[in-house]
Amino acid sequence: MEIKKPTIKSIPYEEFKNNEYLEDMVKQLNENGANVWMGCMDDLINWGRSNSLWPLTFATSCCGIEFMAVGAARYDFARFGFEVARASPRQADMIMVAGTITHKMAPVLKRLYDQMADPKYVIAVGGCAISGGPFKKSYHVLNGVDKILPVDVYIPGCPPRPEALLYGMMQLQRKVKLEKFFGGVNRKEEKK
Amino acid sequence: MITIEPEKIHKALSDLRAEGYDFLRSLTGMDWGEEGLGVVYHLEKTTTGENKVIKTITANRENPELPSVCDLWKAAEFNEREAYDFFGIHFIGHPDMRRLYLREDWVGHPFRKDYDDSLNPLRMTNEEPDDVTHHYEELPDGSVIEKRDVLFDEDEYIINIGPQHPATHGVLRFRVSLEGEIIKKLDVHCGYIHRGVEKMCESLTYPQTLALTDRLDYLGAHQNRHALCMCIEKAMGIEVSDRVQYIRTIMDELQRIDSHLLFFSCLCMDLGALTAFFYGFRDREKILDIFEATTGGRLIQNYNTIGGVQYDIAPDFVQKVKEFIAYLRPMLKEYHEVFTGNVIAHGRLDGVGILSREDAISFGATGGTGRASGWACDVRKRHPYAMYGKVDFKEIVRTEGDCFARYMVRMEEILESMHIIEQLIDNIPEGPFQEKTKAIIKVPEGSYYAAVEGSRGEFGVFLESRGDKHPYRLKFRSTGLPLVSIMETVCRGAKIADLIAIGGTVDYVVPDIDR
Repeated sequence: MEIKKPTIKSIPYEEFKNNEYLEDMVKQLNENGANVWMGCMDDLINWGRSNSLWPLTFATSCCGIEFMAVGAARYDFARFGFEVARASPRQADMIMVAGTITHKMAPVLKRLYDQMADPKYVIAVGGCAISGGPFKKSYHVLNGVDKILPVDVYIPGCPPRPEALLYGMMQLQRKVKLEKFFGGVNRKEEKK
Repeated sequence: MITIEPEKIHKALSDLRAEGYDFLRSLTGMDWGEEGLGVVYHLEKTTTGENKVIKTITANRENPELPSVCDLWKAAEFNEREAYDFFGIHFIGHPDMRRLYLREDWVGHPFRKDYDDSLNPLRMTNEEPDDVTHHYEELPDGSVIEKRDVLFDEDEYIINIGPQHPATHGVLRFRVSLEGEIIKKLDVHCGYIHRGVEKMCESLTYPQTLALTDRLDYLGAHQNRHALCMCIEKAMGIEVSDRVQYIRTIMDELQRIDSHLLFFSCLCMDLGALTAFFYGFRDREKILDIFEATTGGRLIQNYNTIGGVQYDIAPDFVQKVKEFIAYLRPMLKEYHEVFTGNVIAHGRLDGVGILSREDAISFGATGGTGRASGWACDVRKRHPYAMYGKVDFKEIVRTEGDCFARYMVRMEEILESMHIIEQLIDNIPEGPFQEKTKAIIKVPEGSYYAAVEGSRGEFGVFLESRGDKHPYRLKFRSTGLPLVSIMETVCRGAKIADLIAIGGTVDYVVPDIDR
């Protein structure tokens, strides 16, 4: 059977980028020259932080099973530093919102997020967490978790493949590496 | 379908109960518009397998009242709460008339045809814990009064488990009243993943509704979709080819093995045996590879269609399945060495959480849970469908009814499933994998019920059609709802730590409960 090359009308293929802009942002931040010592300290801290992001065991539906599969033998996210899933929000660095969030669940999810210690990150996994997915028109489904939480990475799919989950989690690691603790500001102030 | 007046319904149903109709398969709330609101009861005699469908209508839309049948079948307890939640029907005599899925401050009843969704914006306030409930009682003069009941006293020690808890297998919530470490009372809260699938189906065309069934019980995705396809095919009189029947049966059984392997993994993890978790997941990936090669999906396959299946099987399907079966047999022995013989596992599972046969039938707890209590409830044997009437397999039944029996039933079912696949895999006949259907599928007027044996019990589909391209009402008989409704009975008197073992072996999937 011949497989056609998939085309998406709204996005030309060239526009699929591997988020290189993240590295460009680091360059921009360091444009005026970062202090060598403080820059190295930043690198060290970011290296450590990005490689020990512990997720919260949070799953409401189908995507949760794929999340478990990513943690299990074949895919094993511990290889990339997501060592163990923590059951308590106090010990977790990031929350993978895996599954549909309903109106009844939304306050609970917000509370879990508030209970996590800073710095904390959110990944929206699957169609439901991104926009409501197949249940968008339901009377009891929240249309996108970004309505109540700030989301760092979106992983599309229904459910996303484990490879997609790993890719998304590694994008979060790149994002974490952007932060500066010593060597300047975390965003570039606009020149007046 | 027999229609009975609301005044006579309780008498008629108790007569049927006395006659031997001891299994309430499904209780469906209905909104017939002008005619009023009502309920459809699906009954079955477990001794002979006879079925009866009864319906009752009340014309009063403002304040609909029907007698409760909780005293006849315990399965009615949760199902009537569901009907109250969705349609606002008050069941007189029901001990606990709270909403089952939606929040107590929800306005209106969403499944009514005149429901106004704008009254219910997203509420970000925390839910109030409800320690009181109410019930409706009929006085001798015929008037109905509302009475308050206390669920939990103020001086009771209550522990809240869930909705975010790793051992509840999803977002289920229990409120448990303890005395020391003994469970005195347990209150189940559902609805944290209530997605309103049935209501959504009413505005979707038939092929579109298929997509949602996979996402109910995602560990029985294939079987759920099989049930809905079967129901629509039955209604439209479509005969599928033998090839399709073979493929569907093999896929159903692979799905069952997949689900039971996940059950094994999760139960072991809950009880602290993390190694076994990795074993189960490692082998489960092999089934997912087989699924993926044919259907393109790992967990959610979207494979069955009305009148066939989406694609023909992959060229190496037969060979891969055979290899997998040859691989899994020795692995199962390893599982038993790692976990089943373990002293701790026996200590945690033996004699814990006993469910009697009568209770299993009364609650309608089908699947491995019912069979572990001595109730031969396998739909594949009771009402054979697809190829199940023609293959030879044993229905695993145990009589102990404890956690260990529930565990062993599922482990032995893996062997039976492999046995079924072995009989079919070499003889898949040639033929079309998809019958020709019309572009727009319309189901003739009437009501239809079809059931399959899902991974964790009877999964039924009740479809009422008015000849349109949308269903008028589509109800899924959840496999999980009866399983959580037994929790109160099974856990009472057990230790709090046993709740985890009981929940693990009962093996519910929460999106399937909440739908």
